[in-house]
Amino acid sequence: MTEVKDRIAAGSSPDGRPDLPALGVIGWLRWTWRQLTSMKTALVLLFMLALGAVPGSLIPQTGVDPIKVADFLETHKKLGPLYDKLGLFDVYKSAWFSAIYLLLFISLIGCVVPRLGVYLRAVRSRPPKPPRNLNRLAGYESFTVDDDADTVLEAAERELRRRRFRVESYDGAIGAERGYLREAGNLLFHFSLIVALIGIAWGSLFGYRGTVLVVVGKDFANSLTQYDDFTSGPAFDAENDLPPFALTVNDFKATFQQDGPQMGAARTFNAALTYQATPDGPEKSYDLQVNHPLKLDGSTVYLLGHGYAPKVTVKDGTGQVAFSGPAPFLPQDGNFSSFGVIKAPDARPVTLGFEGYFLPTAQIDSLGPRSVFPDDLNPELVMTGFYGRPQQETGKPESVYQLDKSKLTQFEKDGDKLRFRLKPGESLTLPDKAGSITFDGYTRWVKLQVSHQPGLYVALAGLVLMILGLMASLFIHPRRTWVRVRTEDGRTVVEVAGLDRGPERGIGDELEAIGKVIKKQEQV
Amino acid sequence: MNSSTLASLSNLLIPTATVVYTIALLAHTVEWAAGLRVPRKAEDKVLVGAGGASDPVEPEVEETPSVRAEQASRVGVLLTILAFALHAAGVLTRGLAAGRVPWGNMYEFSITASLAVAAVYLVMLKRQRLQWLGLGVTFVIAGTLGLAVLAFYVPAGDLLPSLHSYWLVIHVSAAAIAGGGFTVGGLASALYLIKARAERRATDGKPMPAALRRVPAASAIDAVAYKVHAFAFPLWTFGVLVAGPIWAYYAWGRAWGWDPKEVWSLVTWVVYAGYLHARATAGWRGRRAAWVAIAGWFVFLFNFIGVNLLLSGFHAYSGL
Ligand code: HEM
Repeated sequence: MTEVKDRIAAGSSPDGRPDLPALGVIGWLRWTWRQLTSMKTALVLLFMLALGAVPGSLIPQTGVDPIKVADFLETHKKLGPLYDKLGLFDVYKSAWFSAIYLLLFISLIGCVVPRLGVYLRAVRSRPPKPPRNLNRLAGYESFTVDDDADTVLEAAERELRRRRFRVESYDGAIGAERGYLREAGNLLFHFSLIVALIGIAWGSLFGYRGTVLVVVGKDFANSLTQYDDFTSGPAFDAENDLPPFALTVNDFKATFQQDGPQMGAARTFNAALTYQATPDGPEKSYDLQVNHPLKLDGSTVYLLGHGYAPKVTVKDGTGQVAFSGPAPFLPQDGNFSSFGVIKAPDARPVTLGFEGYFLPTAQIDSLGPRSVFPDDLNPELVMTGFYGRPQQETGKPESVYQLDKSKLTQFEKDGDKLRFRLKPGESLTLPDKAGSITFDGYTRWVKLQVSHQPGLYVALAGLVLMILGLMASLFIHPRRTWVRVRTEDGRTVVEVAGLDRGPERGIGDELEAIGKVIKKQEQV
Repeated sequence: MNSSTLASLSNLLIPTATVVYTIALLAHTVEWAAGLRVPRKAEDKVLVGAGGASDPVEPEVEETPSVRAEQASRVGVLLTILAFALHAAGVLTRGLAAGRVPWGNMYEFSITASLAVAAVYLVMLKRQRLQWLGLGVTFVIAGTLGLAVLAFYVPAGDLLPSLHSYWLVIHVSAAAIAGGGFTVGGLASALYLIKARAERRATDGKPMPAALRRVPAASAIDAVAYKVHAFAFPLWTFGVLVAGPIWAYYAWGRAWGWDPKEVWSLVTWVVYAGYLHARATAGWRGRRAAWVAIAGWFVFLFNFIGVNLLLSGFHAYSGL
């Protein structure tokens, strides 16, 4: 390799020695190709792929947790933008990561395709003649018997065939080989790797994935505007390619462990849906469960999570209803202490906002308000309220899970910050005649994911073939064995020798066994 | 027996197994220490003479075994078998107590994975006379179990809904057994490096410690290491690249999501693919390949422990 490099350096420099052939563009390309498709390069690329994948597990990833990425950018003012430039927030889609696996892919194709021809030739080839000096081989035995040469060779051939060798007779010797399938397995492995990679690439080009939170009783139609977040491959047209199904979440039931050390752990989730695969299709129902997704026109709907949505009515100081309905609260712990906000920006004379917790099984003691069980055994709303001056509508999108308190003032009561607890059906009149809030009841919401990953079955088939090929490649031992006889002083001298092509695996034992069979022949 | 009796039985069996493994570890330590102390004047001459020969397969091991080392080794192996029985019973009762497969959290995965290490070792012990690996294997198992009992313990209980899938059974058992193979393979590779170095020095006339003379030739150790890896790698491929994504597809709605655990499983896979390539690449086979195997084992270990403790993701088990 260094030799070639030197030659290139010499060839391209103006005062290069004239006796060296100039490589030229073609030569240079050929050299690059040969380097790229060498196994050493594959090895190096494999290690680079492994190393390259690591930062993605240490640094928050946009595709996995966009909120963490935002947090990271917030706290690391210098490092953040640098990471961003290097693509470290989206490692697996970054240019450099793609470059590594594309090179590996090309290297793989370049090294497998030519070997196919070599393999086909090898499959048709006959076991070779014995080398001159059998005793130089890794496995070697020699002994004399009384049988004549032909009998010995016949016995040896029978035994070798029994051991599934392919046998070829030569003058006074036989050559035998087995394990042709090992190379086939190896090729199958590498080919299937290509197939699997194509399947994966196909999926990431043409696939999509989105999540949406749907409150029980509400419906969802599969269009881009309905999603809370959505990603799709570059070849997917999200405006037109989404299958036009619609669904309604009619009910959601969760059961939880009632006792024992894991009390409160979730046991079953079930979301009862009705859906229409197309706008004018028939309405059907489905029980959506974890590990039991709904398949619709190539897309799949999953149940990812659930939570509570308290139903609240807010009346303002003028007696008008300023907010009414369920507001999804987000679970903060395993017992579903759920945080959320209620906004009534249209309330007059002051706007109103509330934030706090919905506790499905409330316990309020010295540890503070919290839920002690995930099911709704003792639901309670524990909140605080704010008021502010009516603001111009800015049109800026705002999170429905956060209250912008910069222009709001917290209500006070008896000189203390206002804090209130409501059970279903209870109301609170706000101080200063600002209005009232009523806890009407609650319902649940489910988080659904809709996705389409084409090519998944191609990838799966590739992986399964890959394993089969791998096993053939790793467990089949290719081996050559030779038996040669010559007559000396009326007795037959037998030489048995063999060669493991690949890691050595007890060839001595096998030769010994073959030798024994030949010697037994003598006693009969 | 009801589930809480089974659970407390398991809680008794696992620490007991840990203690027995630890005693086995002590026995193997004595074995190696005894090997180091054997007077080795006479043998050195033989070895220096033999060192020049082309193949040092099975050198003078058989001729001058240190009796004490041999006894200690045998005690270690017997204790390991006893500990394995206790360990297996502990894992079994844990599973029965929880009414499911015993690998739903870090504690359970630790006790099951270390059982897999012990199983791979004992099977290989029978087929390949692997007792020379006893020190390393008992060290790893006792360490893992100790960590599980002291740091990861959670009471037995049922699983989260996303873990209810027979793909979980397949995925984790394949990964655990492959992990057992990687562990035994990594230890063998480490011993290979030590022995190969001693053999190289022996050809330069430096004496080989008797403890090392007791273990097989480097080439034989290398063959064992390869065999275990060749067994573990397809299993790992199946466990983390087929069964895992299928399960994730049903449970989380995506086959592959670059979750830290997934990333590190892939890194592990790539490193071991590198190992197999290294063995077929001139200039890499032997010493460098062995280093790759050891690196692979550390990556596996990090994936198993580090990722759960240090990095967050979907795979963060409940209850740790
Ligand atoms: C992601 C990539 C790859 C993986 C996981 C992989 C895996 C493997 C495995 C497991 C073996 C069997 C080793 C053995 O028989 O001991 C092997 C052999 C081989 N690989 Fe790859 N490979 C990959 C890429 C490549 C590439 C890109 C090339 C070509 C440049 C390549 C060339 C070879 C060759 C020539 C062998 C034959 C070794 C032999 O027959 O002993 N591999 N590969």
